[in-house]
Amino acid sequence: MGLLDKEFSDGNIVIARAEDLMNWARLSSIWQLGFGLACCAIEMMATSASHYDFDRFGVIPRNTPRQADAIIISGTVTLKMATRIKRLYEQMPDPKYIISMGSCANCGGPYWEHGYHVLKGIDRVIPVDVYVPGCPPRPEALLEGLLKLQDKIRHESMRKKTA
Amino acid sequence: MKNSEEIFELLKKEFGEMILGLDKDTPVDPIISIDPMQVHKIGAFLRDNEDLKFDSLMVLSGVDDANGTKTKDEDGTDVISGGTLSVYYHLHSTIQKHKITIKVSTSRENPEVESVYNVWRTSDWHEREAFDMFGIIFKNHPDLRRILMPYDWEAGFPLRKDYKNPEFYQGMKVPY
Repeated sequence: MGLLDKEFSDGNIVIARAEDLMNWARLSSIWQLGFGLACCAIEMMATSASHYDFDRFGVIPRNTPRQADAIIISGTVTLKMATRIKRLYEQMPDPKYIISMGSCANCGGPYWEHGYHVLKGIDRVIPVDVYVPGCPPRPEALLEGLLKLQDKIRHESMRKKTA
Repeated sequence: MKNSEEIFELLKKEFGEMILGLDKDTPVDPIISIDPMQVHKIGAFLRDNEDLKFDSLMVLSGVDDANGTKTKDEDGTDVISGGTLSVYYHLHSTIQKHKITIKVSTSRENPEVESVYNVWRTSDWHEREAFDMFGIIFKNHPDLRRILMPYDWEAGFPLRKDYKNPEFYQGMKVPY
């Protein structure tokens, strides 16, 4: 984007499109809802911790959906939990994003046939922006998913939410 | 420490008819079958008797014996009528250092077992789970409601062998 590589001897003037500036700000501080479900949540926590350091992409967990930009569905979604996730999603302010992490959240995973209690994919309840495959995905995979989400936000228009 | 035959004889002497049998031919602890409506009394005896002292209920599990008559309904799934549902109580004495398994069987159509909540408090959630998964009614349980499935789950009891999953739950499609 070239916002930061301008030299300050330019007179401190940076020319950019308002849209790009907005999107750059938004994609650089995706606050995620502090929410974990199963073994994927362990990998998500590892991603948040110092070794992989989610915070370097501006991702920090928030304790209320009202202050969150994104929710990572990290694990098996039971039918009982699905109703609660829907409520959390509805409480988040727009624009909001969803990363579906791992096979269970993507499509039911190993519970696809005999899991009487498992929702076969979170996209049956709420719209998903990025699917991260894996069982569970490694932190690198989740970071890749986050970069994909940032890419999506980078090309959004202020007039209309495309994601 | 008592072996299974000694425990069985002790129970037989105290309760007579209510003790149904001893099965020693098991890969794990021997199983004593008893009357489902007397399990709370027999449980209290097992816990308090000086020679037995079964102070710990390690686990309580429900089982669908699936020994009734099987018929196919119109879409080809099994429906079982008659037969029994069972509850197994795995007991351990931390004082006498012995173990035994107690088994009760109850009818599939009207599955009622006395609660052992007042004997081993551990059984509280275990009985709720057996109720949730098999529909076994534990009489005199203080709070017998579903524990894992949603409270408004109306499709039946998932671990019964003839259970059929619903198409939808609260507007969400359930099958893959």
